[in-house]
Amino acid sequence: MSAPSSGLAQIGKSVFIKGELSGSEDLYLDGQVEGSIALKGNSLTVGPNGQVKASVDAKGVVVQGKLEGNIQASDRVELRKSAIVNGDITTQRISIEEGAYLKGKVDIHRTDAK
Amino acid sequence: MSSVSQNFMKLFRGSSGPETVPAQGSQKLTRRSSGLGELSRTWESAEGLCILDLGSTSPANIRYFTEHGHRIYSEDLLIASTDPELLTKDEEGKVVLDSRKFLADNLVYPAAHFDVVLCWNLPDYLDESLVKPVVGRLWSVLKPSGMLLAFFHTRDAGPDSPCHRFHIVGGDTLEMQKIVLRREARRGPTGAVHTAISDGFQLQRVFNNRHIENLFRDFASIKFFLARDSIREVLVVR
Repeated sequence: MSAPSSGLAQIGKSVFIKGELSGSEDLYLDGQVEGSIALKGNSLTVGPNGQVKASVDAKGVVVQGKLEGNIQASDRVELRKSAIVNGDITTQRISIEEGAYLKGKVDIHRTDAK
Repeated sequence: MSSVSQNFMKLFRGSSGPETVPAQGSQKLTRRSSGLGELSRTWESAEGLCILDLGSTSPANIRYFTEHGHRIYSEDLLIASTDPELLTKDEEGKVVLDSRKFLADNLVYPAAHFDVVLCWNLPDYLDESLVKPVVGRLWSVLKPSGMLLAFFHTRDAGPDSPCHRFHIVGGDTLEMQKIVLRREARRGPTGAVHTAISDGFQLQRVFNNRHIENLFRDFASIKFFLARDSIREVLVVR
């Protein structure tokens, strides 16, 4: 599992947040969040201990833990091998490692010029 | 044939979600599929199709369909059928799976939503109590003229009939990947460590042609493809 890089905002595994989470910097989340997460223009990483029940709107989303909710990513989504995702994914690019679990739709929106 | 309770003994799950994914590096066998070949003409000649993949989450399938401009829905019904909360008893006290609860939690889509359903080998491995309700639900979520592909074993090959995942690698070519033994310890909600032990799913029954025709009797048409590896491929049209 990749560890969070220094300088990254972090939510540790003992933290539980219920409500609306928004910000303008990249976030590493290894705790629990219920509600919604909006990080437009920035990335969210759900760590291996992370348990998210929220809709997510971000530039990039990396999931190593459990995420229940729809993901809207303007750039890319990565589901690592330990990821368990229940929800629809809308993004431009997606990578899914062998072993990841997904229950939901994958919708790729390509905005690149032809 | 294994019973519901035996399956649950084998698939002991913690609360952290599914664990019966193939081990890293498990061998993949390449297989030609006439049914897939016929079906692929649909997605190669159309755009923006809605495709439902009922097998284990396959990065290859997701990549394949999204590169073709289609929307893919992934839902692993075999894993979902191992939810301990589905266990109930019938009038005779026999342990069965609650098909109503199963369909309340799974395959929840609008009517006539999908152009294609990839069933793979699901009916061979799904518990008896769920097979007909699931096929009924698949009929309702398929569009009229929508197509469903399913694979059936032509004989009970016992340990030689392991449950596979299917990865599309070409218009009529699949990679089959056996779901193999995996042990994993996970922490449950109480903090206790649960050990998941799985040897994959066991073949529940062998359908003959008449059983299959009966199973899909509400569909408009059915086409069989018999392969050399004792697999009967079935392509049905709603």
